[in-house]
Amino acid sequence: MTLDFAPVWGGLPELLKGTVVTIEVTAAAFLLSAVLGLLVGIIRLNPARRVLYGIASAYVAFIRGTPLLVQLFLLFFGLPQFGILLPAWLCGVIGLGIYSGSYVSEVVRGAIQSIDRGQMEAARSLGMSYREAMWEVVLPQAFRRMLPPLGNETIALIKNSALVSLLTIDDVMREGQRIISTSFRALEVYIAVALIYFILTNAATWILRQIEKRMTVERG
Amino acid sequence: MIEIRNVYKSFGSTEVLKDVSLTVPPSRTTVVIGPSGSGKSTLLRCCNCLETADRGEIRINHRTIIADGKPLPDKELNALRAETGMVFQSFNLFPHMTTVENVMRAPVVVRGMAKAEARELAMELLRKVGLGDKADVYPSTLSGGQKQRAAIARALAMKPKVMLFDEPTSALDPELVGEVLQVMKTLAEEGMTMMVVTHEMGFAREVADTVVVMADGRIVESGSPEQIFTNPTQERTRGFLRALVDGHLAGARPQPPADDPLDTLPGNH
Repeated sequence: MTLDFAPVWGGLPELLKGTVVTIEVTAAAFLLSAVLGLLVGIIRLNPARRVLYGIASAYVAFIRGTPLLVQLFLLFFGLPQFGILLPAWLCGVIGLGIYSGSYVSEVVRGAIQSIDRGQMEAARSLGMSYREAMWEVVLPQAFRRMLPPLGNETIALIKNSALVSLLTIDDVMREGQRIISTSFRALEVYIAVALIYFILTNAATWILRQIEKRMTVERG
Repeated sequence: MIEIRNVYKSFGSTEVLKDVSLTVPPSRTTVVIGPSGSGKSTLLRCCNCLETADRGEIRINHRTIIADGKPLPDKELNALRAETGMVFQSFNLFPHMTTVENVMRAPVVVRGMAKAEARELAMELLRKVGLGDKADVYPSTLSGGQKQRAAIARALAMKPKVMLFDEPTSALDPELVGEVLQVMKTLAEEGMTMMVVTHEMGFAREVADTVVVMADGRIVESGSPEQIFTNPTQERTRGFLRALVDGHLAGARPQPPADDPLDTLPGNH
C-alpha cells in the first residue's frame, strides 16, 4: 500500500477553511465557558446561598455526568421539537461552551479555595466589599493558579470541537470527511486532520504558557 | 474607642469566649495577653467581624458593629471596617502587588481616592515605617519585619481611628521583632487607639496603658502593666507569667552535658 497525499494537497483550501471554523467555534465556546465557569465557580464557593448553589451544582453534575455528544444532539435535534431552531454553529458554540464551563467552574472554585483565607480577610478588614476583595485580591492570585488546569481544558475543548461536525458545521473534521468521501483516502486525510488539531492544541498551550511566564516575571 | 460588652463566641461545641467585657478608651493602648487557646485572637477578630460574636455587643467609636449575633448590614460594616485597621500575624500582604500598591489599593478602591494622591499617601506612610526605598518591590522580596511594617502602613492608609494587632510579631525572627514594635510604639505615642494581642511582655510593660490577661475564654485580670507584672492578684496570671519566664530561661540556658551512660552502670570496668 502506498500513501497518496495528493487529495490532501488538493483539498488544502477546504481544510484551512475548516480550520478557521474550528478556531472560531472553539474561541467562542472558550469565551462562553470562561464566563460561565467563573460565575458558577464563584457561586459554588458558598453553599449558604441555597437556590443559586443548588442550580449551579445541578448544572455541574448534569453536564459532567452526560456525554457531550448527547448534549449537542439535545440542542440540535431536541430543541426544534419545542419550536426552538438554533443555527448549527450556535448549537455547537453553546453546547461546547456549556460543557467546558462545567469543568472550568471546578478549576475556578479550586483555585479560589487554594488562596489563603488571610487574603480575603485582609482585604475585607480594609473595608473592601466581598466583590471588591474577590476582584482586587483573590481572583488575580487565583487566576495564575488556574492557568495550568485551564490549559488542559482548552486542549480538551479544541479536540471535543470535532464533534460539532456531526451538527453539519463545516469545521476541519467535516471538511476532511468531505475530501474522503470523494477521494477515499481516509488514512492520509485523517493524518492531515490530526496534524492540524495537534498544531492548534500546541499553539493554545504555548500561548497559555507565555501568559503564565509573564505573570511570574511580573511578580518579581 | 472599643467597647466590648458580654461577648460570647463558640466554634461548634467549643466555647472560646465566655462573657467578655472590655473597653479600650480613645488614644489608649490595651494589650491582651494569655496562653494560646485563651480566646484573645478570637476576641480581637470579633472587633471587626472577621469572627461573628454569638452574643453580646461590640461598639467601635460608639457605633454598634455587632449585637447578639447580628452584624451591621454589609455596607455599613465595610465602612466601619475601613476605619478599623487590622494587622495580622501572617501579614497577609497581597503578593501580586508591589509594596506601594499594597498600601494605596484600598484607598483607591474603597474611598475612590485618585491614584496619584493615594500613591503620595502610601509613599508618606512607607517612609514613616522606614520602607521608602521598598515601594516598588514585591512583598516576596521583603523580610518578615519589613512585611509587617508594610502591612501596618497598608492599614494606616485608610486613616483608621482604631488599630487591632493580632500577634503582629509572632511569625518574625527574634531579631526582626524590635523594628515592628518600634513602629507600633510610635503609633501609640501619636495617640492611636490600639488593641494588641501579643506575647511581647516588654512591649506590654513599656507601651500598654492597660494589660488584660485572658485564660479559657475569660478575662482573668486587667490593670496597669506595673500591677499585672509586679503584683498580679490572680493565680492564673501568676502561672502564665511564670510559664513565660521559665520558657525564656529554658531557651537561654545552656544544656548540661549529658553523663556518659556507661559511668552509671555498676561494675562495668
